[in-house]
This record gives sequence, C-alpha cells and structure tokens, in this order.
Amino acid sequence: MKLNLKVWRQKDRNSQGQLVDYTLDHLNPHMSFLEMMDTLNETLILNGEEPVEFDHDCREGICGQCGMMINGIAHGPLENTTTCQLHLRSFQDNETIFIEPFRSAAFPVKRDLRVDRSAFDRIISSGGFVSTNTGQAPDAHSLPISHQLTEEAFDAAACIGCGACVATCKNGSAALFTSAKINHLVLLPQGKEERQERVINMVQQMDAEAFGHCSNTEACEVECPQGISVLNIARMNYEYNRALITRK
Amino acid sequence: MKLDAKIPAGSLEHKWDNFKKKAKLVNPANRKKLDVIVVGTGLAGSSIAASLGEMGYNVKSFCFQDSPRRAHSVAAQGGVNAAKNYKNDGDSVYRMFVDTLKGGDFRAREANVYRMAECSLNLIDQAVAQGVPFGREYGGYLNNRSFGGVQVSRTFYARGQTGQQLLLGAYQALMRQVGKGAVQLFARHEMLDLVVIDGKARGIIVRNLDNGEIERHAAHAVVLATGGYGKIYYLSTLAMGCNGSAIWRAHKKGALMASPSWIQIHPTSLPQSGDYQSKLTLMSESLRNDGRIWVPTKADETREANTIPEDERDYYLERRYPAFGNLAPRDISSRAAKERIDAGFGIGPLKNAVYLDFAKAIKEQGHDKIKEKYGNLFDMYRKITGVDAYKEPMMISPSAHFSMGGLWVDYELMTTLPGLFALGEANFADHGANRLGANSLLQASVDGYFIAPYTIANYLSGDIHTGKISTDHPEFARAHEAVEGSLQQLIGINGSKTVDYYHKTLGKILYDYCGLARHAAGLELAIQEIRKLREDFYKNVKVPGNLSSMNSELEKAGRVADYLEIGELMCFDALTRNESCGAHFREEYQTEDGEALRNDSEYQFISAWEWPGMQGEPILHKEELTFEVLQPIVRSYK
Repeated sequence: MKLNLKVWRQKDRNSQGQLVDYTLDHLNPHMSFLEMMDTLNETLILNGEEPVEFDHDCREGICGQCGMMINGIAHGPLENTTTCQLHLRSFQDNETIFIEPFRSAAFPVKRDLRVDRSAFDRIISSGGFVSTNTGQAPDAHSLPISHQLTEEAFDAAACIGCGACVATCKNGSAALFTSAKINHLVLLPQGKEERQERVINMVQQMDAEAFGHCSNTEACEVECPQGISVLNIARMNYEYNRALITRK
Repeated sequence: MKLDAKIPAGSLEHKWDNFKKKAKLVNPANRKKLDVIVVGTGLAGSSIAASLGEMGYNVKSFCFQDSPRRAHSVAAQGGVNAAKNYKNDGDSVYRMFVDTLKGGDFRAREANVYRMAECSLNLIDQAVAQGVPFGREYGGYLNNRSFGGVQVSRTFYARGQTGQQLLLGAYQALMRQVGKGAVQLFARHEMLDLVVIDGKARGIIVRNLDNGEIERHAAHAVVLATGGYGKIYYLSTLAMGCNGSAIWRAHKKGALMASPSWIQIHPTSLPQSGDYQSKLTLMSESLRNDGRIWVPTKADETREANTIPEDERDYYLERRYPAFGNLAPRDISSRAAKERIDAGFGIGPLKNAVYLDFAKAIKEQGHDKIKEKYGNLFDMYRKITGVDAYKEPMMISPSAHFSMGGLWVDYELMTTLPGLFALGEANFADHGANRLGANSLLQASVDGYFIAPYTIANYLSGDIHTGKISTDHPEFARAHEAVEGSLQQLIGINGSKTVDYYHKTLGKILYDYCGLARHAAGLELAIQEIRKLREDFYKNVKVPGNLSSMNSELEKAGRVADYLEIGELMCFDALTRNESCGAHFREEYQTEDGEALRNDSEYQFISAWEWPGMQGEPILHKEELTFEVLQPIVRSYK
C-alpha cells in the first residue's frame, strides 16, 4: 500500500518546526506503524538525509515510551492501543497521515517527534510512593486486602506513563496521570499513612510544572491505552480537599 | 587467572547468614563520603540505587530511556516465584533450590541458587509494602499460579503485568530517593566506557543522548544492572534499546564474560512476517495448557489450516514427548519447532512458524471458557495479526528471549574487576544453562534489594579513607578521548548500508548457527562470517548526523559494533563446549532419540572469557562447579 505522510520535523527545543511531506510505497498492511517509521528512516538515511527521531522501546504496549499524534489523535485511531501496537491495516491505501509529537506546554519538543516527559518523574518523586525502606516490610500476609480493592487499585496502577492524556487534553492537564497514582496508593492500606502529604505534594508539583487544570472534558480517558478511568480525577479532588480540611 | 567464587563456609542453608555475620560494615557517618554509580534502572538497578540511597550513600543512577520506569523489566508478564508455601502444597526454600538448579541443567552454583530461593521470601513482603497489587483471593490473601518445570504453585502475579508492577514499586522507591537528593538521576544517558584506575572500577564515561555531550562520572564503586543482550539476534522479544554495550565495554576493560552463548529461545512468540519486522512479541506460555501445536505432514503445504484433515497433521510435541506433550519445557519445545521448520514443514507466508490450535479445546470446553482463560491474549493476537484465533489456529515461532550468560560474578556479585558489580540479567549467576519461568524478576529483585546492599558495603568499607575520586585523572581523560574517537570513527565511515542492515545480518547468522541448535562446523563458519561482517561494517556503515546532537542512529551503531564482537565470543563459547546442556544444544552431542547429552565429567564448569585485545582469540578460564547437596541427574520429559 501507499501512504502520504506529513511528519513534524524540528531540529531542537528552540527551533521552529514544520510538517514535511514524505511518500512511502509498497508498504505491507501487516507492518506496525513504527515499522513504517523504520522504513521511512531507512529511506532517509540512504538518501543522505537525517532520520526522524521518535520515542519507542518495548514495542508491545507496556513501557510507555512511544507516542505520536496521528491525524490529531493520541496513539492513532484504535481504542486502548499504544502507537507501537497500531498497524497499517488501520489505514486506507493512499491515505494522508499527519504525524506530530505529543504537544503540551509541559512536554517540550526535544527533536522531531520526541518530547520531554520528565515532569511525570518529578510528580512521582514528590510523593508517588509508599515510604518504606528496603528490609522494613512485615510478612506479606500480615495485611489481608480484599480482592475487589486490589483489583480497583490495579486498574489505577496500570498507567504506563505515556502522556497521551496530557497530549490530548485541551488544557494540557496531567490530572489523569497524577490521580491514577494517588488512587492506586490511597486505596491500599499500605498507602493510607501518607495520604494527606502525598496528595498535597503531588498536586502542588503538578501545578508547578506547566500542566493546565482539568475541566472535566474526559478526553484523557478516551485516549488512554490502559483505559484509566476519569473517576480517578474525581477521587483525587476528594482526597485533595479532604487533606486541606483535615491536615494539621 | 584463578577464579575465586568466594563461597562462604558452612552448610548450604547457613552460607548467606555466615556471609552477613562476617561482612564488613560502613558506619552511617562514613557512607556520605562514598559514591556509587548504578547503570540501568530495571528491577535490579532501581532497587539497588534506592536501597543504597536509603542507607546514606551518594548514588548516581543512569538509564538510556527517557524515564527509569521504561526499563525492560516492565515487560515481564507471568509472575515472580517465591517459596512462601502459602498454598500449603509442600513448597520450601530447598524445593525451590532443587527446581532451579535442575531447570538450569546443573550449570549454576549451588550456593547462589540457594540464596536466591532464600531471599525470595523477603521480596514478596517488600513488594507488598510498596503497594504492588499482587493478585489476591477473596479472603484477602495472596494468590499463586503454577509455572513450568515445577510441581507447586509458587508464582505471585499481578494480572499479566507483574514486571510492570514490580518495576513501578522499585521505580517509586528510587524516585523517593531522588526527591530527597540521595540519588541523582541521569535519564537519557548511555554508558559508553568504564574507567579503571589502579585496577579498580572508578567511574564511567556517558553520552547525554539528548544533546550529545560526553560526560565523566567518578565513584568508589560501579554497579552494572543493564539487563541482557538477547537483542543481538535482532528479532527477539526484547525492547529495541536492549543492548550488551555496558557489560561488553566493561569486559574489554578486564571483567570476564561468562557463558555468553547461553541464551534462552522462547517457543511461543509471534513469527516474523516480513523483512521490515523489528520485534517478535511474546505470547504467554500459559497458552500451551490448552493449545495443541502442529504442522502439516506434507512439506510446503498451501491449504488453509482449517481445511487440512486431521490425519494430515503432525502434533509433533505429543508424538515425541507423550508424557509432557504440548507442555514440554521451553528449550525442548523450541528445538522441536525448529526441527520441523528446517525440514520444510513450517507454515505461514515465510514457512517459519507452527500452528497453536485451540479448536479441540474450544469444542470440549466451549468458546466462553477459553475466552475467560486467555481472552486478553487472543485480543493481543488479533491486534497484532488481525486474525481471530477463536476461528483459526495461531501461528507461533521461537524467539530469542533471555541471556543466562553475562559478566562473571563471584558470590558477592562482584566481577573480576574490583569495585565493579553486575546485577540481574547482566550477570550470569543463578540460572545455569536454562532459566525457569518467573525466576528472572526474582533474581533481578533479590540482587538489588537484598544481596548487593550487603556485598557492596563489604567492598566499600575499604574505601572510607580514599576521598573523592577525581574525574581529572588521566584514565578519565584517556577513556573520554577513546569514546569520542570511536563515535567519530562511526560517523566518519559514511558508507552505503544502514546500521539495521548489519544488525539484521548478524541476527540471521546467529539464529542459523548459534541459536537453538549448534554444531562445530557451523560455529566455525559463523565466526568467519561475523568477522567479515564486522570488517564490512567498519568500511560501509552509514551513520548520519553528528556527535553533538540527538542521534539515535549513532546510538544504534555503537550497540551493533559491540554486538559484532559479542556474537563472535558467543560462537567461541558454544564451539568450545562439547556437550549439550539447557539452551546450549550441540547437534553432535545428543542421544539416539535427539535429546540433549550433557557431559558432566568434562564440562561441569562455567566458561569465563577474557578479552584478548582486538587481535587474537578469547582466552578461556574455568570455574569448576561442585555439587555437595544435589548430585546432577539427567532431565527427561518423555
């Protein structure tokens, strides 16, 4: 099959970027989207041009490193799918595809399609953990946790940190990412001890980065490869207000 | 060189306690005088960096990914083993030790294996305390699964994302220390050389992958937790960035490399469908509980699978291994598939796969039951292939997965270079010639949380008066220049073939001659082919861009340059081991019915290779293995 690509090219953080046209022919519809990008790069290199930089690693949907806006949709047209799990059979022959980075004020473009998502690491660093040192743990069975609670916590913990939620949000909000971690931990008894400081610190850090506020458009949930629910955001707001009222 | 594994005295079950009783300590006031570099942020790297940070050492943590959370431990699916005996089915540390040592075909150290089983108990406690949401029963207690090669249920799991959840636990512990300033994090930094001063590992040279800057970092000890090098085959279940460069460059600075040819080839991954393919996704082994594996009895069959009548199908695992059938162990199943494919019975457009068929299971148990058991895997299969496996059989094929080999380490996880430690998949230690399922997450975790914190302190106690290591030392300057020189060389070649071309060609050579089955003539040929390919690489590779900006082709070129050397050593390793054991199957050494033939009288040792310089052949050192508690026996699955 044949595809007409319009790919965002940008030399570095401070340069102006632009969409550049490329045409690829004789593509196999069973190719993954990133293998199509490999093919493009192979062609560019052999033509003496610089290849397109894009983020990727595991190529099985779990590491969270890949991510592109494909025709304006984070990770492309399929639901609950990362860019690496997308295949060309989801596109028409001779289709024109716009490929852009995960844009957001808090995710500056580093080069081409690669963005800086270190703000996520700083949010986790501000409180996304249980403060337990190696060697302090009691026997795992000293703390029974209901099946249902564990499954609920898991639903939130499944976040892969790809940033599709931020890229797709018109406000560039990281509310889904941040709330998923807050809820994973606050639902479990291990995480209850620090619930006040955690939610306050993480929300403060989120605000200190260039993320916008959540205005409940729920677009993030639609694009999330792991199907993380926006109910997490509501719970985060509850936790935050609770902490503000009850903290000493 | 005399290899001293430094196994502590005492009976097997007391060795680790005896080590800890006598290990030297560093008092808290002195710890802040000591710097440690940790390369890699997977389970082993994150857990040791966090643990050392908690203890008060100054830690620098490096990873090439854009966040520590992306390290490839994240992709492990099935679970993590621990001898908790929560199922009351007769499990114990000793039984887990036996299973692991046997599974590794008696090519691992008894003391290491026993310690891993022993520390597995604490790991589950640690992970639960961190908030890892392991699967639980309705009463609120932890649940377990069964896994291959054992008769008890000792595998803890978090849906099919156990690696992700364990890694996030370790990552969060690491980020907590980063927030406190105890650990400095360097994401998007790749280690390009090890700096050795007066015979001790004292630092590393790294490249900032975002801006191309070369940096020097000094420390009193360096920990490599950089994972495995199975990506050397190009097509593998591993992430695109997985590489052997950190351990290989340490090897070239003096650390011995142990049994590099022992690489596990997993039987159930998706087959290659074209030359463009970059990755072979793993399909969980659990599918073999209900799926039947077969190929047509006629070579070059062209009919659709569903139209091939029953009597023209060869259920070759059931035929060859009636006792275990489709649940034969990984090494056996992979080899049997290769045998059929090589004989011309492979299926699919490239004739490189076998069928995994659920028709019988669906007929007997019903569509809904199969969906309940494997629904997510069938969905994943459809996402990747576009095929509905409820209606047609899956196509699967073997794929490179895990490297049992790695840097040689003693009982303290220290390499032959003082001050250089190797943890997790980067070392060779615990799995012998074949790793059991759900033991890789375990090994990485216990190395980082429970073993290295003691053994690194034991080493660092000798450095409390050393003072800061300066990056102005001539050895830093020399390594820095060498790194720049080799990067410049790669860009300067400006040939006509891409880096991927070389990687794919090398992968094909290794799959053909140093993969599932090896023989002397093939290995000798492979060594010649790899040398030719390496020569061609340095004449004709094309690396675009420059040194001083982001350049992922340059990163790949450096990794492939190392693979072209590692591949040759793998072939030497396989060529000199005249026996079959675990993942290493030499066609000359098999029983009449095609099973592996181990040679304990001559090959009961670990091969540890010394780098000979760019000229000459690698130098073999042997660590003899002695078995005091469990005597080697023959593995049989008939």
